[in-house]
Amino acid sequence: MDMEVEEYLRPPELDLPPYPPKVVTLATGGKLIIRQARRDDVPIILEAVRPTMKVERDFYDIVGARVYAELLGWYRYRVRDEFCLMGQIDGLLVGVVNTRLYSRELGISLHTLATERGLRIGAHLFAAKMEYSFEYIGQEEVLITAESPIGFRRWMIEYELIEREGQHELGGATPYGLTRELYFKHKDRLVAGERPVPEELLAVAEKEILVASEDDILEKILGAKRRER
Amino acid sequence: MRPVVVAGVGMIPFERRDEDSLMDMLATAGLNAMDDAGIGDRPIGSVYVGNMASGLFNHQVSVASALVDRLSLLPAAADRVENGPASGGSAIKNGFLAVASGFNDVVLVVGGEKMREVIGPKATDIVACMTHPQVEYIYGVTLPAMAGMFARLYMEKYGITREHLSMVAVKNQANGLLNPYAHIQMKITMEGILEHPQAHINSPVVADPIHLYDCCPVSDGAAAVLLTTEEIANKLKKPLVMIDGVGQATDTHTLQERSDPTDLKAVTLASEQAFKMAGIKPKDIDVAELHDAFTILEIAESEHAGFFPKGEGAKALERGETQIGGKLPINPSGGLKARGHPVGATGVAQVVELVWQLRGEAGDRQVKNAANGFSLNFGGFGNNVLAFVLRRKS
Repeated sequence: MDMEVEEYLRPPELDLPPYPPKVVTLATGGKLIIRQARRDDVPIILEAVRPTMKVERDFYDIVGARVYAELLGWYRYRVRDEFCLMGQIDGLLVGVVNTRLYSRELGISLHTLATERGLRIGAHLFAAKMEYSFEYIGQEEVLITAESPIGFRRWMIEYELIEREGQHELGGATPYGLTRELYFKHKDRLVAGERPVPEELLAVAEKEILVASEDDILEKILGAKRRER
Repeated sequence: MRPVVVAGVGMIPFERRDEDSLMDMLATAGLNAMDDAGIGDRPIGSVYVGNMASGLFNHQVSVASALVDRLSLLPAAADRVENGPASGGSAIKNGFLAVASGFNDVVLVVGGEKMREVIGPKATDIVACMTHPQVEYIYGVTLPAMAGMFARLYMEKYGITREHLSMVAVKNQANGLLNPYAHIQMKITMEGILEHPQAHINSPVVADPIHLYDCCPVSDGAAAVLLTTEEIANKLKKPLVMIDGVGQATDTHTLQERSDPTDLKAVTLASEQAFKMAGIKPKDIDVAELHDAFTILEIAESEHAGFFPKGEGAKALERGETQIGGKLPINPSGGLKARGHPVGATGVAQVVELVWQLRGEAGDRQVKNAANGFSLNFGGFGNNVLAFVLRRKS
C-alpha cells in the first residue's frame, strides 16, 4: 500500500469516549450484552451481516448491504467518525447498530440490524446508540431516517422525532431529529440496561463473537414460513 | 337432528405470510382438511367460510364463491359467514346445522384472515370497526382499550393481579413452542415481562393494565374442518370426533349498557347451551381452547364457561391446573396468545386443535386421555359468543 497516497485518503478522526458495556434482560429472561465494537471486530461482524443481504422482507437486503458497506468502510479507513455497537446473547451476535458523527454536536444515525427477531433487540440497540450519542459523546442532536416501516414506527413514532429540513446522509425519506430533550423525555420508557455487566457475562461476550450459520440467520429473520419449506 | 362428525381437519401455520393471498391460505387449509378426512371424490354440498374483513384487509369480497371455484367444488353452495372474531365459530355452527338437518351430507368449513397486508395500527382500526360507531368508535375505542377497561374492573372485583395476567402469557407461549402451527415460537419468563425493574421496556403498556405480552399477535392464517354424518365418517379413515354440543348467545353491543361489565353473560349462556345439548358438565371436559385475545379473557372465560367459580380462575392458574398435565389444560395450542389470531380463522383453529387432542394427534402438547373437549369463540367484546363441545367416540 502506498502510504503516501493513503495518508490523503484516510479521514481524520475525532477521539471518542468509550461506551461502557451494559446488560439488558429480555422478555425471555435472556441477557443481551451491548458493547462497543472495535475496528478489529468488523470482519467477524460482516459474516453475520452478509446473509441478510438476501432477504427482501422488511428491507433487510437494503439495510444489510448498507451496513456491510458502512462497516467495511470504517474497517478500511474510508468512513469518518463512525462507531458501532453490537448485541450478544451468550456470545452470539444478534444485532449491530452504527452512527457517524457529522460533528461533535450532530450525529447521523446510520443503521440498526437485528438478526434475532421478536425480542425488541433492534429497539434496545437503537436506544443504546442514542444513549452513547447523548450521554457519553454529549451530542445535541442525532439525524435519523428509516428504510422500513418497522424502523419508521420504532424510531419516528416511539421517540416523537421532529421533522427536519434538508437530507439525511443516506438519502431516502425526510430526515427526523432526536434532540437531547426528546431523548431524556423518553429515556425511562425506552432505554434499558444495567451496569456494570457481571464479570462472567462480559467474559463470555468478550471471549469470542459467535456468528450463527447463514441458515440460522435466515430462519430467525423469516420465521416459520422458512421452516415449512 | 343427525349426529355430526368432524371427519377431517387442516391448518396452515399462522404467521405473517407475505407470499400467500387470502385465497391461497383458505384453499390450502381446505385441501388439508379434505386430505385428512380422505374424502376422495365424495361431493361436498356446502362450503362455509368464516372471515371477518377481507374487503377491508385485502380488497376482496365474496371469498366463499371464489373458494369453491378454486377448490373445484362447483356447484357446491357457498357462503361467507361474518361474525367479527367469532366468524370461524359461526361458520362451524352453520356447517353443523347443514349436516345435522340433513340439508347436506358433507360440508367444508374454512376460516381465514390475512391481516398483515396492512400495517399494525390499520389492522387495529379495522378490528375496531366492530365497536359501536357512535358511542365507542368515534371516541377512539379499540379492542385493546376495551380489554384494558375490562381487565381493570375484573382485577378490582376479583383480586386478580398483573402477575396472573403474565402467568397466562408465559403458559400459553410455552405451549406455543410445542405447536408447529403457532405464530409465536418463543418462551418468555415472568422476570422478562413483569418482575425485572426494566420489564416495562420489554412489555410496554398498551392500554393499562394490558401490556404488550398480554395481547395476541396480528396474524395471517387459515384452518378448516370437514363435517359429515356418522354413516359416511365410518367409511373414512379417521377416529370419530363428534360435535355433541353447540351454543351461541349475544349481549349488548356496547359495554356501557351492561349492568355489570365484568359479567360475560353471553359466554355463560353459550356454554350452558352447549353443555346441555351435549349432556355433560364442565367437570367432564378434559381440554379447553378459550379465546385469549387478551390474557384477562382466558381467566374470565374459564369462570364464565363454568370451569371455576367467579374469582377462582386465577387461583386455578396459580395452582397449575390449566397447564398441560394439569386438571384442565387450557389452550394447549398456545391459544390466540401464541398460535395467533387471524380473526376469521380462530374459531375453526380452536376446533382443529380439539380434534387433534381428542384423536391423540397433538404431538408434544398432547393432553393425556383427552375424551371431551370444549372451545369458546368470543365475538365483539363478548357480544356474540359461540361454544362447542366435542367428544371422541370410543
